[in-house]
Amino acid sequence: MTSDNDRRRGLLARLRGRPAARSRGRRRLGAALRLIAALTLAGGAYTVFAPGVQAQENPPLTGAAAEGKALFDVSCVTCHGRNAQGVEGRGPSLIGVGAASVDFQVSTGRMPMARQEAQAMRKPPVFTDEQVRQLAQYIQELGGGPEVPEGNLREGANLATGGELFRINCSQCHAFGGGGGALSSGKFAPSLHPASDRQIYAAMLSGPQNMPVFGDNQITPEQKADIIAYIQETLKHDQDQGGFNLGRYGPSTEGLAIFLVGVVALVFASLWIAGKS
Amino acid sequence: MKRRKFDVAAVPAKTAGAVDDRFQVATPLRKLLNKVFPDHWSFLLGEIALFSFVVLLLTGVFLTFFFEPAMTEVVYNGSYAPLRGTPMSAAYASSLDISFDVRGGLIMRQMHHWSALLFMASIVVHMLRVFFTGAFRKPRETNWIIGSLLFWVGFLAGFTGYSLPDDGLSGTGLRIASAIMLSIPVIGSWLTSSIFDGEFPGTIIISRFYIAHVLLIPGLLVALISVHLGLVFKQKHTQWPGPGRTNENVVGERMFPRYALKQGGFFMVVFGVIALMGGLFQINPIWYFGPYEAWVVSAASQPDWYVMFLDGSTRLMPAWEIHIPIGDGYVIPPLFWPTVVLPGILVGISLLYPFLEARHLKDRKHHNLLQRPRDVPARTAAGAMAVTFFVVLTLSGANDVIADKFLISLNAMTWAGRIGLLILPPLAYYVTYRLCLGLQQHDREVLAHGVETGIIRRLPDGRFVEVHQPLASGDGHDGHAELDYVGWVVPKKMNRLGALGPAIRGFFYPMERPAEAPVSPGHPPVEPRAEREEIGSGESRR
Repeated sequence: MTSDNDRRRGLLARLRGRPAARSRGRRRLGAALRLIAALTLAGGAYTVFAPGVQAQENPPLTGAAAEGKALFDVSCVTCHGRNAQGVEGRGPSLIGVGAASVDFQVSTGRMPMARQEAQAMRKPPVFTDEQVRQLAQYIQELGGGPEVPEGNLREGANLATGGELFRINCSQCHAFGGGGGALSSGKFAPSLHPASDRQIYAAMLSGPQNMPVFGDNQITPEQKADIIAYIQETLKHDQDQGGFNLGRYGPSTEGLAIFLVGVVALVFASLWIAGKS
Repeated sequence: MKRRKFDVAAVPAKTAGAVDDRFQVATPLRKLLNKVFPDHWSFLLGEIALFSFVVLLLTGVFLTFFFEPAMTEVVYNGSYAPLRGTPMSAAYASSLDISFDVRGGLIMRQMHHWSALLFMASIVVHMLRVFFTGAFRKPRETNWIIGSLLFWVGFLAGFTGYSLPDDGLSGTGLRIASAIMLSIPVIGSWLTSSIFDGEFPGTIIISRFYIAHVLLIPGLLVALISVHLGLVFKQKHTQWPGPGRTNENVVGERMFPRYALKQGGFFMVVFGVIALMGGLFQINPIWYFGPYEAWVVSAASQPDWYVMFLDGSTRLMPAWEIHIPIGDGYVIPPLFWPTVVLPGILVGISLLYPFLEARHLKDRKHHNLLQRPRDVPARTAAGAMAVTFFVVLTLSGANDVIADKFLISLNAMTWAGRIGLLILPPLAYYVTYRLCLGLQQHDREVLAHGVETGIIRRLPDGRFVEVHQPLASGDGHDGHAELDYVGWVVPKKMNRLGALGPAIRGFFYPMERPAEAPVSPGHPPVEPRAEREEIGSGESRR
């Protein structure tokens, strides 16, 4: 009867059920069992909840990210170090810079850098779009960070708002025509003319080189779309009213033009007129 | 009924006779129309300034019909889409309307701006001609002073015009101008607040600049230009030395018809060049600058070229702030030196230069003959020094654009400007001085020994000598005769001596003219042309 009952009751109840009947040996065995159970429980809980040391060395990378890591280990590791932790004096850590940064730097050919200098130059990109996406995915999975949204980046944009925002936020460095301008010590704000929608968006999100970050709480995604539309549709694809724009460098090239064209033409004219005597 | 015969050929004479009957103008007009002007290409540089001023007046009048000089805020609703719905001043909105909605407005605006740049450029080029040839000497010092003032009044006209559209660039310029005025010790803040009617930018500055730009300054310019031209008439034009030309005569063409016709043609050419530039080259695209807002400053914000040297001097000036412990303490900002003191010194030196030079050389004589720059090395070198100083400052005014486009560090550009400003002008002085002396020496060598023929002769003793063609007939002694230098071109090539025809018939060479005898002091032209005696550009005398 009791043995039947015992079988139906749980283990703890059984242990507690007949304490008096247990011998010393069995009590010792029980204590040992309990200790082992508690240790296993604590250890198990720890392994489940605590970040394991193993997690950093073997991240669960998706397919694209794994491809990206392979590219990274060939082309970027020299300066950015193993696992993109950065190398002192060569390249910064890329943990947390996000896919936006990779998108901008690699798709414009700035990375891989040709040499260490004041600022990376735009070059023909080394990687294909697919490879850029893989690298971006790798960096994104490594440490998170800002990402460029997919889809049309200037949908429903307002040119007038974009122009106003451009003049307030961008023209200080990139100049009124988007042709770029000088910063201190050999640094510069590059021309916006070769940039794609995605690159401009990524630059605003990640603040590459000397550019400040224009996060989504400073310039909302809608405003970013306005700015991109202004750059792409007004500054780049505008038919230049009034003729050749002289590079849109402002009065400096206008001054050059009046001497090289106006004064030279008229001095030749005066030589001609004076010669006709 | 007898038809009255109408003699067309007699109409001008009859009309003129009728006019003279009533106004008695024949005698003064004859004097005027017979006035003789010497002919040389460099004498036409001042005319470029005069003609571009005429174009400025014409296009400027057109612009006043459509420009609204007010700072009242309006919302733009014109045809330039990227600014539609933007609040802006009425002045900026009407400038946009001139550019996009007024027929022919944009080309008029651009011609106005290009002719303003050309006006200032030709003033400077004309001034350099007058300086380097010594045309400013007694009795023409007054005209030199008026010319220098014309530059500075033109400078003001340009600056006020640059400010009127009230776009982002002109507002930035205006802000700098107010800062410059504020930097003047003691009177600075009073001056600024009286011009802007309070704090910058205020609400009235555009209206005030407008009346200055369309009435006061042009009036002053017209007055100065009239006196300038009147003095040229009264004192007569200078001329280059040469055969038949003395300090007491003027050799050239009569005012009417040849000179007047040429000038009329030249006006058309100047107008045409300005119209071409206005139609082909974009200038001051105000629609990209946007309306002026104090927080909007674009990169590459520069003034027009004739103001750029002040921008450059500001960029090169170290940040030396002077604290004067009077009362609560007084500060002279570093901006004061490059933008108020420097132009002050430049105005002073340029106005006084004729007197300084005359005093230095103890020269009290009248001078109607020009000097070749090489014959006055000290003046030429000083001029080169001034030009270098100006060029270094002007380039420094655009040093951010240069740094960016030529991939040079901006800091390096600033230091190059600072060092260059101190080193290059003295270097230019030295190099120019040596060049002048070298050219003089070569002239004298040719006069003494003749022109190099390129023929090498071997002497019996084995030596090689080059045969020279003497300019003067020999005096029986080795074919060499001393010739005096008269301050004009010395022929230096065989084919300019008449031995051969001109080697190169250049574009500007008058093709119908036969090869003629050389101009040289020793050999005046064999058959002086009866009609007139003038020296061309030098090139045309080949």
